[in-house]
Amino acid sequence: MAANLVQITRRGFGETMRKDGWWIPSVLTFLGFSAFIVYSTWAAFQGQHYSFGPYISPMYSPLIWEAAGQPLTDHAWLGGWPSWIPKILMMTPAMLILWAPGGFRFTCYYYRGAYYKAFWADPPGCAVGEPRHKYRGEKKLPLILQNAHRYFLYLALVFLVILAYDAIHAMFFLGPDGKKHFGIGVGTIVLTLNVILLGSYTLGCHSLRHLVAGRFDELSKRAARYKIYQFVSRLNTRHMLFAWCSLFWVGFSDFYVRMCSMGIWTDFRLF
Amino acid sequence: MKKATFSIRRGGRETAEMVDYQTEISEGMVVLDAVHQIQAESAPDLACRWNCKAGKCGSCSAEINGMPKLMCMTRLDTIPLDQPVTIEPIRAFPPIKDLIADVSWNYEVKKRIKKFKPRAPDAEDGTWRMSQEDVDRVQEFRKCIECFLCQDVCHVLRDHNKHEEFIGPRFLVYAAALEMHPLDTEDRTGDLKDMHGIGYCNITKCCTKVCPEHITITDNAIIPLKERVVDEYYDPLKRLVRLFRKK
Amino acid sequence: MTDYPTFEHDVIVIGAGGAGLRAAIEASGAGVSVGLICKSLLGKAHTVMAEGGMAAAMGHNDDRDNWKVHFSDTMRGGQYVNNWRMAELHAKEAPDRVRELESWGAVFDRTKDGRINQRNFGGHRYPRLAHVGDRTGLELIRTLQDHGIHQGIEVYMEVTVLSLLKDGDRVIGCLAYEREHGRFRIYKAKAVILATGGIGRAYKITSNSWEGTGDGHALAYDAGAELIDMEFIQFHPTGMVWPPSVRGILVTEGVRGEGGILRNSEGKRFMFDDIPDNYKDQTSDTEEEGWRYVTGDKNARRPPELLTRDHVARCIMREVKAGRGSPHGGVYLDIAWIKEKIKDAPEHIKKKLPSMYHQFKQLANLDITTTPMEVGPTTHYVMGGIRVNADTQESTVPGLFAAGECAAGINGANRLGGNSLSDLIVFGKRAGEHAAIFAKENGHGTLDNAAIEQAAKAALEPFERDGGENPYTIQHDLQEMMQANVGIVRQHDEMVEALNGLDALKSRAARTFVPGNIDFNPGWHTALDLHNLLVVSEAIARAAIERKESRGGHFREDFPGKDPEFAKFNYSLKKSEGGGMEISKIPIPEMPDYLKEVIEEMG
Repeated sequence: MAANLVQITRRGFGETMRKDGWWIPSVLTFLGFSAFIVYSTWAAFQGQHYSFGPYISPMYSPLIWEAAGQPLTDHAWLGGWPSWIPKILMMTPAMLILWAPGGFRFTCYYYRGAYYKAFWADPPGCAVGEPRHKYRGEKKLPLILQNAHRYFLYLALVFLVILAYDAIHAMFFLGPDGKKHFGIGVGTIVLTLNVILLGSYTLGCHSLRHLVAGRFDELSKRAARYKIYQFVSRLNTRHMLFAWCSLFWVGFSDFYVRMCSMGIWTDFRLF
Repeated sequence: MKKATFSIRRGGRETAEMVDYQTEISEGMVVLDAVHQIQAESAPDLACRWNCKAGKCGSCSAEINGMPKLMCMTRLDTIPLDQPVTIEPIRAFPPIKDLIADVSWNYEVKKRIKKFKPRAPDAEDGTWRMSQEDVDRVQEFRKCIECFLCQDVCHVLRDHNKHEEFIGPRFLVYAAALEMHPLDTEDRTGDLKDMHGIGYCNITKCCTKVCPEHITITDNAIIPLKERVVDEYYDPLKRLVRLFRKK
Repeated sequence: MTDYPTFEHDVIVIGAGGAGLRAAIEASGAGVSVGLICKSLLGKAHTVMAEGGMAAAMGHNDDRDNWKVHFSDTMRGGQYVNNWRMAELHAKEAPDRVRELESWGAVFDRTKDGRINQRNFGGHRYPRLAHVGDRTGLELIRTLQDHGIHQGIEVYMEVTVLSLLKDGDRVIGCLAYEREHGRFRIYKAKAVILATGGIGRAYKITSNSWEGTGDGHALAYDAGAELIDMEFIQFHPTGMVWPPSVRGILVTEGVRGEGGILRNSEGKRFMFDDIPDNYKDQTSDTEEEGWRYVTGDKNARRPPELLTRDHVARCIMREVKAGRGSPHGGVYLDIAWIKEKIKDAPEHIKKKLPSMYHQFKQLANLDITTTPMEVGPTTHYVMGGIRVNADTQESTVPGLFAAGECAAGINGANRLGGNSLSDLIVFGKRAGEHAAIFAKENGHGTLDNAAIEQAAKAALEPFERDGGENPYTIQHDLQEMMQANVGIVRQHDEMVEALNGLDALKSRAARTFVPGNIDFNPGWHTALDLHNLLVVSEAIARAAIERKESRGGHFREDFPGKDPEFAKFNYSLKKSEGGGMEISKIPIPEMPDYLKEVIEEMG
């Protein structure tokens, strides 16, 4: 392949003839993702104020065990925090589960492109010089592992069902009579919106699009799959938008439940 | 009449400098018009490629104010003229002269991609039947005018010089058009993974951004191909299923 | 002795548009070695600009269509001065050529039942144009290119041919230069196929790219071949007129095929005012019937907007001259109006005419789904060209073949839209096939080194002068003059003036000066192209002066009517012994009975 040798001169880091604000999107992405990572890490370490009445923070759902020292609620699947988990680990229920949605987002095709640019500067912007000469891309370890995205998708779909259950659960409030009554609070809306946004994001996944029908060359011969494919494709064109909206809203949902639980905000009942 | 300044790369393979030219601007002018005017007025030997002047042939690719664009489709009223407009050849390939780069590598790469291999005709008239739904995807990719702007902006070629291991967005789109063609029976996933280096793409979507034909290169061509490669090579469950099916 | 690099092939194809590629594929498939020379990069040829589709009577959308209808449509459109044998072969073979493209990977738009979809076009009685949205030419060239690169064809990109080399009467190769370094090259071949396309650059307002300088016409003429029908130039009725920098760029006839209508500044659909007699029974009387036609009603007749191009172009000129034109000297082409008829019209338009949508959006900042376009005639196609044998595409010079736009015959006085793309593949194939046969039967000739040296020396003269004419200025003046004097509407005195003007331009062209060196120097390239432009311009003017009638693409203000006497022959132009251009009449042979019957039968 000697005939294909192409030698070109490369530009230094940040060097470009672009005169527009090419760095703005990357900086915004960097700030946005960083803010979320900082908040979610902080929230995951709290181990309290993650539920309020029928509401549970999406960062703590599914709640396998109630956090150490927290009173038992009907959100917990298996009861109280097991004593065999060493205290020194400072584990909270969130840490048991957050890796799954985290992994889904980390391996997501949109996020990958976005954080490669914003965090690795690879490239810092389109047609802008890079800091490093070496490049392995996703062809070799470690980034070849990004190909596991579809497995995180399977988990994300399960989480989506659980969060949908949470949203429905958030419609039944314990009355003074000790029975549950249907109702809608602001928190219900917050958690419902959360599921809708997460659904729009998850169901627009590139891997899902491939798995439902994209892998076939003759889509029209599979009418039902083709319909689903079209639906997923439509969501997929707004994958970036839903990635951001759902990310923000997950954070906000946790914050909302936390504020209510801490008694700082009052959850208004609409009926 | 208003005048504007264009700072154009002049020079050959080894050395070059940016030279300023002034020319008059009229309504509706595009960058290519300005270059032509400069050729006719002050620099007859200024080299540039162009053909159709309507965004259909993909010859006049260049970097205008640092962004890969077609000169014929960049209207002057869409770029600031208060400071000199820089025009350079595309950078992912070696320069030849002035605004011309040596893009011959692209033609070599295309030959390495396995050609279209249709299944035997299966309609009674000796042809095939294909539904519009099935060809929609492929037709999007076949809009490509081979301007190589996507190749130019792709950092894998532009900054990392992986020309020997990576075929670039244009040819991933080309491969996608073949792979998703309802009649094609060839399998290119192995080549895509190894020789064509699809793994080098890190989905920064710059190619999609610069495509003058608005082909959603990353989302509709490259990622679906990546997923097909996963099917074949990186999905243990699928492998297991295939193993059992074979038996 | 010349020491230029020499390349040897059995067949050399000059031009890599649709016809050249198709010829190269055919020849290499026949087992001979093929070299393909193109002026630009591979795949950039003017064929990519073709939008509407390729005509082939496959009868997918209307089963009444067959080769006979196509043949008679072509003859009627060409006003019966066509080479009827070519029209016959074309109509018969086009369907197979189109299907062949599909087997090479072309992806045409589909009908509901999964076959190749065909659309309506001017002058075609039934929906006949296989198409891909409005980028059919791109699909054609890409399919041929991608198929061809696996065939072992040697492609020489960015190489321009200066002259054909001869051994006695026979063409045995060509002298060329590669643009990158400006170095000369010799290509030896047993047969040469010209597929160089058109001459649009001889005019100021044109849809052609810089390449349309009539190279093949001039190369063949200089080698002693005959050019015929040069007076017939097709002015496409709908080119962009605003802004000035895009003036001439094509607006596909597909816009009208999809229901677009022409209106003058008074809002009137002026095409209803003047329907030629021989099209009266095929043309609708009411707007309502016209709409039914474009939406696929088989019983409706086509709207007058879909009359032949020569006629529509003249009607537009008439409106503009009468002061009923648009602000920038055109008329309005309106596709947005279909929103009255169908819901989601904007989406429909974007889907059917995507590149038109983008072209106007980006270049004119105009949304065609809401606003009418301003359009006017633009030089589009030359019906005339190298005289060839209908079956073999061999010119009157042994070893020299021609196909595509640079060959003449099939289109007569006016080409129907969609017939050019099918022309390329039908006759491209034939040229390749017969050139290969010729190459197998003949050996290489002997090069005439003196002639090569002389041609090479002449080509370098623009560098050797101390100052002189700017080639761009000469080209510009030539275009202005041809547009004004040998344009859409012609007149004896003006054309004689043009001939005198051409003489003056010739002597100026002999004094061009180009600064810089020979490395990729567009000024030099322009200077070298001038000769070709001057040859074709002269041929056009001479033939146009002689044809004292109006027919198809040739309209004489001083002879506005059609004269049956002129239907009996074609004008042929040839280089005389003394070097001047000589014109003669070539009688059109009588049509055989079976074709006459077809014409009768089809009305």
